Formats: sequence, structure tokens, C-alpha cells
Amino acid sequence: MNTELIASTLRVSTPLIFAALGGMFSERSGVINIALEGLMLVGSFAAAVGTLLTHSPWLGSAFGMAAGVLLAAAYALFVIRLRANQIVAGTAINMLAMGLTPFICKILYDVTGSTPSIPIAERFHSAPLYLCWVLVAGCFLWMKYTPTGLWVSFAGEHPEALDAAGIRVNRVRWMAVLVSGALAGMGGATLSIFLSSSFSRDMTAGRGFMALAALIFGKWKPLPTALACLLFGFADAVQIRLQGVPVWDGHAIPVEFIQILPYLVTILVLAGFVGHSRPPKAIGTMFQQG
Amino acid sequence: MRKFLQPILAVVFGLALGLGVTRIAGENPWHVLAILGKSAFGTGYDFGMTLFYSTPLIFTGLAVAVPFQAGMFNIGAEGQLTLGALAAACIGALWPGVPWPIAPAFAIVAAILAGSIWGAIPGWLRAKRGSHEVINTIMLNFVAAGIASYVTLYLLKNPDTQNPETRSIGAGYLIHQFALFGGAPVSTALPLALVVAALIWILMWKTVVGYEMRAVGQNESAARSAGINSGRMRIIAMAVAGGLAGLVGVGEVLGNAGKFRLGFSPEYGFMGIAVALLGRNQPGGVVAAALLFGALHKGTADLDLETEHVTRELSLVLQALVILSVSADGLWSWMKKRNEP
Repeated sequence: MNTELIASTLRVSTPLIFAALGGMFSERSGVINIALEGLMLVGSFAAAVGTLLTHSPWLGSAFGMAAGVLLAAAYALFVIRLRANQIVAGTAINMLAMGLTPFICKILYDVTGSTPSIPIAERFHSAPLYLCWVLVAGCFLWMKYTPTGLWVSFAGEHPEALDAAGIRVNRVRWMAVLVSGALAGMGGATLSIFLSSSFSRDMTAGRGFMALAALIFGKWKPLPTALACLLFGFADAVQIRLQGVPVWDGHAIPVEFIQILPYLVTILVLAGFVGHSRPPKAIGTMFQQG
Repeated sequence: MRKFLQPILAVVFGLALGLGVTRIAGENPWHVLAILGKSAFGTGYDFGMTLFYSTPLIFTGLAVAVPFQAGMFNIGAEGQLTLGALAAACIGALWPGVPWPIAPAFAIVAAILAGSIWGAIPGWLRAKRGSHEVINTIMLNFVAAGIASYVTLYLLKNPDTQNPETRSIGAGYLIHQFALFGGAPVSTALPLALVVAALIWILMWKTVVGYEMRAVGQNESAARSAGINSGRMRIIAMAVAGGLAGLVGVGEVLGNAGKFRLGFSPEYGFMGIAVALLGRNQPGGVVAAALLFGALHKGTADLDLETEHVTRELSLVLQALVILSVSADGLWSWMKKRNEP
């Protein structure tokens, strides 16, 4: 263990932390968010486009968040208003993001693979690294001490009680899903304008699902979830670190094997801990105004 | 009536919206539609390619439909089919001398087994550890891709080419290709897919295991009180699904390439989700939907060349829109309400 590895862990964890916090709002309000992956993907694309346009990573990430919100609104429309199955619709949203990003990329830059690269001076250097932890604290306080935070929890645990108190359950869920779009979009933005120098095709590579796994591992609470993200980030950092390093008799482990490490860790963590983790009671269920 | 009307309307709605998107890209939607139709059905070769793409979609559509009937969502068909195809190619490359009737049978069994094992893992994890198959199957897709590239690039690399592919399989493994389609690789895999679809219908609707799987899917706690081992049914459903996805390797490895090529699948596994949902998770519907999406895939593949801005990714957008419109229950009840004054 050395400082380089710790620094790398913190860096590669940031997209996961943003996305997982986003997932928390949606799932605590009762809406499963398989679409996190797609929300991140459009976020990373729009952030790259925004940064190339405005030459500012802050404005660029605003683009990313806006794109996340927009796609999240489509998701909310289908699962809340039109009562689509949340897992099915979430998968469709992911496919939509996978299809739309290269499609729009082609229109804007005439290539489907990736956006032009963003000059280093216009990218984030370390801001998201701190910002995500500020957000962890913020989300903790929000969920625990504000009325809106309480509404979100009630929408996911006892929607009837919230309804009886005169609060529109589905309106709370709409807001929660939109917030999750903004945060997942920000998570995606950190991928393209913080951790790398451009958007590339399908660059989220399952991170939305890892964020979901972290959420389950972290029992849908901000701080434990962020710590779980660090664990997955660590697996990713080790993976990057081990590439090409001779470990046994002068031979390196083939890259193809090292790269699957974070995915294996995710499966093992889920298998080991999910039994101890209780999801919000009304998750995945529709609420119909009585 | 709704049984047929809903999928048809969903396709019309999805296509209309998707073609509207091409309008934004600066193309004439009618022109795009004409290209789609022409390149999917224009010549015998085009139609053959449509059938060639439809074949794996029948398998992956069934691989999504069977677990769906048992209450699970398999988005891991991509990984399952990768390992199935890889297994078939490994057998064929390692024992090239096996003669004809035994060789393909041998390779097909290997493909089914490899896919089944890969499918059974998330089934087991769901049944015994309670972890959700959606996350696990996605993760296993990445793991399968890693294994496939390792085997292809290190263990069975084709020495004659720079392409990421394995050595060729023995000549005895190749299955019959129909000459009708002007060189399009339509092989015995297509009739095999139709037979398998019929077998799956029998399994799901005419046997006890099938009945028990569907019971678990409809109401798990009721099924359990009736004495059905729901965990076992979940594992079986996922293993069957994996085997079905593994069969994609038959058309690709034995009927087309004669080897395993990295990245041969244009996300057949994901397309299977749209196919299954549009086909209402029933074998007959899956076959029909697979033909439609096979045609769409062939059509959109040519858009890259024929138009300036529209790319083959339009296919993914169309699938997503079709899935969304099929799954939006509220849309249909809302329309019904409007029709009943």
C-alpha cells in the first residue's frame, strides 16, 4: 500500500460516489434505478461536449447534469406516470443512452468513437475529488434533517402514510429521480473531463451497476455507500496498477484477466453482504393516488 | 385483441419516434425508411442476411423470455453467448480431425454447456445469496469478455492473421449453408432455432418443470406454499437461458466464420431483451420479433454507408424505444379509457 495507490483509489472512486448518491435518492424514494448506467453515459458525453464548447469544466459538468436530468425525466415519465416495469424501462434507458451518444457524436464531430480531446487546462484537476465528499455529507444531512429528505424516505418506506399526510408521493418520486439524474450525470462528467481527456464510446463500462451494488452494500445510506464505492474504486486502482507488472517468474498477469477484477469484486461483495441489507420497503412498487 | 395490437402499435410508435430522430440529424425520414426496407429485403442476399441476424436473436430472445417467465431478468445473454461460441470454437480448434456428424454435435453440446454454466451462476447467486441477477449478469458479461479475449489472444490465436480471432475449426465441424440466399450465411442454425423455440414452448407450457417455473414467476410465495422449490426453479430457468444463448455459437462458429472472432456479436444479447419483450415472452412471439429485429439490424447496418449522418446505432435507439413503448402499461390503459366513453 502506498500513497500513489490511495490517490488513485480516491480518483477512480469519484464517478461511483456521485452516481451512487444519485441512485440513493431514487431508490430511497421507491424507484429502482437500473438506468444509472445510461444516465452516467449521457452525462459523460454532454459534459465533454459542454467543456469543448465553453472551455470550462464547471459549465461542462452543468451540461452533463442537465443531460442526466433530461434522460431521468424520460425514465420517470415511463416508470411513474406510465407505470412501466422499472427494471425493463431502466434497461431500455441504458440502451437509449448507448445508442444516442455515438449517434449525436457523429452529428457533432463526424466520428462515432469519441469526442475530440479536451485540453488539459480546461479539464478538472482535483475539484470533483473533494466535491463528492462534500456531497456525501450534504446528502446525509439532507436525508436526515430536512422535511424533503424525510419525504423521500417515506415515499420509499410508507407511501400510504406520506399520502395521508397530504404529500403527493409521485411528486416526491419525480423529484428524487430527477436529482438522481443530475448526480449520475455529474458522475459521468467526472469520467470524461476529470479522469480522462475525452468522451469515448460506452466509457461507463458497468460503473452505473457498480454504483448500484455499492448502494446495496452501503444499505442505502450516504456514508457507508461512499465507503463501498471506495472499495470498488480500490479494486479498479489495483487493476490499473497491476497492468504489465511482473508478478510471477518475470511474467505479468495478462491484462484481460486483471481488468475483470472490479467486476469479480462486485459480484463477491453482493453475494457476501446482500442478505444483511434491507431495501426500502416499497421499492419497485407503483403508487396510485387513492 | 390487445395481445397483437399492443406489440404492433409499440413497433409503429418506436419506429416513428426513431425516424423522427433521424430528421433531427438532417435526413429525410422517408428516405431512411426506404433504405431500411431495401437493405433488409431488397435482394435474396439481403433477405438472407436478415435471416442470418434473426437466428441468434431467436436464441437470445428465448434466453431472456424463459427467465422472465420465471420472474427474472436476464441481461447476461451477451456473456453467455460469448462463452458458448468460444467453447464451440475451442472444441473445433483443439480436435480438428473429428468427422462430420459427431463433430458438430460435440461442439453444440459444448456451446450449450458453457452457456448454461454461465447462466446458472447468477441463478444460483439469486437463489442462494439473494443478490440481484441484473447486476450479476452485467458483471459476468464483462468477465466473459475478459476470458474470451484472453483465450483468443493468448491460447488459440490464429497465427495467420492480425485479426483477434482463434484458429480455424476442423472441416468436419462446419454445418450446411443454404445456397438459396446468394451467399448469405444462412445455415442449419436457422431450422435449429425454430425447433428449439418449439421445444421451449413444450418445456414451458406442457411440462411440470415449466409450470413450476412460471408459477414462481407469477407469485413466488404462493408457489413456495404449494411446495415448489423456487430457488431450484430460478437456477434451472437461468441455466436453460444460458444454454439457449450459448447456441448462438452454432450459427456463428459452425455456420459462418469457422472460428471465434472477438466482438462478433453486435450486442445480440441486448437485442434479445427487445425481442423477448416484443414477443410477449412466448416462443412464437419471440420468433416473429426476432425476424423484425433481424430486418431492422440488417437495415440499420447499411445506414452507415447510405446516409451522411445516420449510423447503425440507430438500431439501439429503435430497440430502446420499442421496449419503452411495450412496457408502458399506463399508456395502454390510458388509450383504452379514451376509447371507452
